[in-house]
Amino acid sequence: MSPRNTRPRKGAFFLLLTLVALVASGCARGKLPQDTLSPVGPEAIKLDHLFKPVFAVAVVVFVLVNTLIITCIVRFRAKSDDDAPVQVHGNAKLEIGWTVVPAAILLVIGVFTVFSVLDVNKRASGSDVLTVKVVGHQWWWEYDYPDLGITTANELHIPTGRMVQLEMTSADVIHSFWPPKLAGKLDVVPGRVNYMKLSATEPGDFSGQCAEYCGLSHANMRLRVIADSPSDFDAWVANQQKPSVPPTGDATVDDAVAGSELFVARGCSGCHTINGLAGAAGKVGPNLTHLQTRSHFAGAIFPLDEKSLRRWLRDPPGMKPMNPDNGQGMPNLGLSEADITKLIAYLETLK
Amino acid sequence: MSATTVETHEAHGTTHETNTGLSNEKLAMWAFLGSECLLFGALISTYLLYKGRSTTGPKPHDVYDIPFTSASSFLLLMSSLTMVLALASIQRGDLRRLRLWLLATATLGGLFITGQVYEFTTFYKEGLSLSTNLFGSSFFVLTGFHGVHVSLGILMLLSLYGLSARGKLPAERSEVVELVGLYWHFVDIVWIVIFTVVYLIP
Amino acid sequence: MATVLERPDASPTPSSATDVPLLKRPRSLDGFWGWLTTVDHKRIGILYGGTSLIFFLLGGFEALLIRTQLAQPDNHLLSADAYNQVFTMHGTTMIFLVVMPLSAAFFNYLTPLMIGARDVAFPRLNALSYWIFLMGGLFLYSSFLLGGAPDGGWFGYAPNTSITFSPGHNIDFWVFGLQILGIASTVGAVNLITTVLNLRAPGMTLMRMPIFVWMTLVANFLLLFAMPVITVALFLLMFDRQFGANFFNPGMGGDPVLWQHLFWLFGHPEVYILILPAMGIVSEILPVFSRKPLFGYPVMVFSGIAIGFMGWGVWAHHMFAVGLGPVAVSAFSISTMFIAVPTGVKIFNWIGTMWGGSLRFRTPMLFAIGFIAMFTIGGLSGVTHSISPHDRQQTDTYYIVAHFHYVLFGGSMFGLMGGFYYWWPKVFGYMLSEKIGRWHFWTWLIGFNLAFAPMHWMGLQGMPRRIYTYPKDLGLSLPNLVSTIGAFTIAVSTLIFITNIVTSHRKKTPAPNDPWDARTLEWTIPSPTPHYNFAEVPIVHSVDDFWHRKYTEDENGRLVALPKPPTEASTGGLSDTEESGHGIHLPSPSFYPLIVAVGFPIIAYSMIYKIYPVAVIGGLVMLAGFYGWTLEPSAEPEPEHHAVEEPAELVAAAAVPALEAGNEPAAEPPAEEGGDQ
Repeated sequence: MSPRNTRPRKGAFFLLLTLVALVASGCARGKLPQDTLSPVGPEAIKLDHLFKPVFAVAVVVFVLVNTLIITCIVRFRAKSDDDAPVQVHGNAKLEIGWTVVPAAILLVIGVFTVFSVLDVNKRASGSDVLTVKVVGHQWWWEYDYPDLGITTANELHIPTGRMVQLEMTSADVIHSFWPPKLAGKLDVVPGRVNYMKLSATEPGDFSGQCAEYCGLSHANMRLRVIADSPSDFDAWVANQQKPSVPPTGDATVDDAVAGSELFVARGCSGCHTINGLAGAAGKVGPNLTHLQTRSHFAGAIFPLDEKSLRRWLRDPPGMKPMNPDNGQGMPNLGLSEADITKLIAYLETLK
Repeated sequence: MSATTVETHEAHGTTHETNTGLSNEKLAMWAFLGSECLLFGALISTYLLYKGRSTTGPKPHDVYDIPFTSASSFLLLMSSLTMVLALASIQRGDLRRLRLWLLATATLGGLFITGQVYEFTTFYKEGLSLSTNLFGSSFFVLTGFHGVHVSLGILMLLSLYGLSARGKLPAERSEVVELVGLYWHFVDIVWIVIFTVVYLIP
Repeated sequence: MATVLERPDASPTPSSATDVPLLKRPRSLDGFWGWLTTVDHKRIGILYGGTSLIFFLLGGFEALLIRTQLAQPDNHLLSADAYNQVFTMHGTTMIFLVVMPLSAAFFNYLTPLMIGARDVAFPRLNALSYWIFLMGGLFLYSSFLLGGAPDGGWFGYAPNTSITFSPGHNIDFWVFGLQILGIASTVGAVNLITTVLNLRAPGMTLMRMPIFVWMTLVANFLLLFAMPVITVALFLLMFDRQFGANFFNPGMGGDPVLWQHLFWLFGHPEVYILILPAMGIVSEILPVFSRKPLFGYPVMVFSGIAIGFMGWGVWAHHMFAVGLGPVAVSAFSISTMFIAVPTGVKIFNWIGTMWGGSLRFRTPMLFAIGFIAMFTIGGLSGVTHSISPHDRQQTDTYYIVAHFHYVLFGGSMFGLMGGFYYWWPKVFGYMLSEKIGRWHFWTWLIGFNLAFAPMHWMGLQGMPRRIYTYPKDLGLSLPNLVSTIGAFTIAVSTLIFITNIVTSHRKKTPAPNDPWDARTLEWTIPSPTPHYNFAEVPIVHSVDDFWHRKYTEDENGRLVALPKPPTEASTGGLSDTEESGHGIHLPSPSFYPLIVAVGFPIIAYSMIYKIYPVAVIGGLVMLAGFYGWTLEPSAEPEPEHHAVEEPAELVAAAAVPALEAGNEPAAEPPAEEGGDQ
């Protein structure tokens, strides 16, 4: 068997093509709502400042290693079967060198990392801090503002310019709260409370999602963080603090009134709270008192409009995979079209 | 390849010549016991981590009968002594004493297991089951797992006894007794740790 | 497991006529029954390799399902439920049923050959490992037919995997399947550690062992100590699910984070279990095709050991987003960074091996070089994970998926594929096609990068793992599509590999003993390896002993070929070894390892379906297997040789440690002498 040399140059060409394709795919950035490389919140920017230099170091090492490999391939290709290369068994100086130098680089990175860890883990303090309790559920998020008496779901409102301290836990399995443009993720673990700082300097609507596999509909457990200017936030708080006013009138002609009655009669109230509606105090599902102030529902995945709500009420597990037989998610209540119309009419009053 | 291989080896006759000087069986036993250390280590760590975290009773010292468990622990420790005596007997070629000490070791082990069964039953009657609380879960799984190990050891001891009684455990095969002895001592040592951690440390 | 090791010790002498064997000793070494009852480490290696390649196709098919589903946003080819099963089984398969057993294939086949032994220390235990592994794999896959495969992720985080949130049997299959596979791995580890430490040929000191054997040793020590940890985790979960214990039940004070600690205390050493064998393979291939010794052999050994040790101190870097507190997070960040040091040393030493050599780009070499380049990427992205604050952006995203595929595919699979091409001629006696091999390599490399490089971007741009679908708004449709195209390219590449096997098998270009001008002992013997391995046990004088029989260095350190010793040709010649092979007494085939292994799935099924009497049957099957095992001597006396009575030859054969490699001393002459008591 005579060793025939392969032609790595041809291969290298293909490799180049691949790289071009990769870069193209990387650069084809339209809107990237969850891009960690262009953070917006101060907490996320801090992380980014740590990451980018390290990433640069990694790229340098990558280029170095691959240059060496390519040099080997080009320079040391066998000329003949009887090549007699010098038999180098090792080189203590070199080997110590490439042990010590990386260790030194890593030590520097390590020091910065430790400082950053301490910073990230420090809890927010001060009278200005807004505390929000975050509770993960299969498959939606609950937010309680204990100082403001507000409970809402999936869309977290925060004021710009104020530090928000999230106190996070889970009602069932482990989830992970992750608004990438504002902060790194943190798990919500049943039986534990984790603390996460969140802040935004500019108003905006930041999307995120559950980042810890949490069962069937993990992919459908999204979230939004809406940073409002202080005045907008105050207005939002003022509205949220109001109980809903159940519509009044003749249930036979007014769909909304009929809907409010159906809400209790068909058992919706067993899972959902609506402040102001007698008998609607369930804690299993999202609080719907001000449903219409949210842009999305069901784990922030469907736009909150009549069409989506109708589809949802017809067959929730058909629209979003859930396992209501095991108490995981909303069951199909077998509602008639007429009932659905009435319920939607009522839900549309929850402003 | 050198043709001298055969000659160099002929000199050793039929004895085992391993690189470590330990027989394969003994080395494997040590490796296996090393693995077992992590098995018990993980279980004991679990117990320690969950210590005092039960949300409901009964708590450990509501059910423990320390003098009783001390006594059965003492029996198990004594069985290590009889195990040593068994090995010494076979190494001396005293096969009758070997059988005696093997039986003594198995009996002491059996008494320990009987004690454990009694203890488990008592605890269960006092309202502690596997699912009662964290203590129940971690206690029964840890000590039960150890109990299974002791039981397997008893089976081995009885097998050795059976072999010896049928004349199939000559002095030349004392290593088999040694191997079972290694296992037995290991299980005993683990019990010292478990007894200390589970029963004695408040 | 205790029983597995213990029972053989209690075996009676085989000479007794009163012992009636349960089953007749299998006579045929060939055909179906020959393979089913083999205790030959080479055949077991081949069985491991073949089985894991089939599982590789299954796991690969699952990968294609995943990538097809994610090729487009809002795709609903697979339901969420099906997707969750598929990704769980993909991970579980690739780790436990592909890379681990594929490494085991190389361990089994090569370790005895490389250390100059005739088999592993416990040949029947070796067969048992394989059959338990196979049973575990079949058991896991039977879940697809029995109501649904595991769907809790390969990491099975509690409490999602608890009975409350996963009431079906899916997770049960995972819990029991992994326990069965863990037993197989532990038994294998005990066996291989004993083999390497005890059965080396004369002169083969530890520091003369081939680097692959070193990595085998380290990986098996990791297995030995890591498997019990996950066994305990699974054991606790099993008690939670089957018997209502509360270990991971937060409502009763249980802590789900304990599961994570136990799982990753196993899981991180596991990463090194998966990569060290491939590193060993690459370290064998590079010197051969560079015609230079491995650069810094001692440093390579010690960095491997260092990785093995440090691998135990980094597990919590999988948990940076769990909220462990600043002290733990800092400590694990630092330890994670520093495990990069020995890894980096290896990479530079590999380059040092090639530097100044005479590089021949045969297929094994291509895969080895591919390994270095790709693994470097995986290693470097690993360093970026160690900056724990930012890891909270990275973890559980596709950036991690990219990272570990660069380690496990770009690393392990490249290395193992290189190993296939390199040792194929030794194993099967014919060469794999170089031409098709090159096609395989380049499509493999391109497909791999197309599939996984975009995942770096996808992750950093906010795509979490384990989601069965993603919205168009995420803006990641194109990289996902590219990744899918890459996955299918890998599939094509795999087909090319299969084509190579098929056509090369038809063509059967005979392989010489030493087709690559290699360095280690396995190349001194004929291809394919004769069933007795070495006609004469070699005596070893240095690292790369075979190389030093062929070459020396001049005063400038240049390579000088030695004249071929005439004896070399004759001892290497087929007719001669055939002749000397006659006196060699090898362990005989046995049914019992298979029978014992069958007991495991029976018990597992009965536990899952809570039909406990069937568990008793399973236990009895195992017990019967052990009973037969202990009564059966590991090696049958060969009557014709007893008749011929060639004392010198027999004694010589008996002196070779591997010959009495049985579990029981029973098979040896002293046992017979002992009957006089």
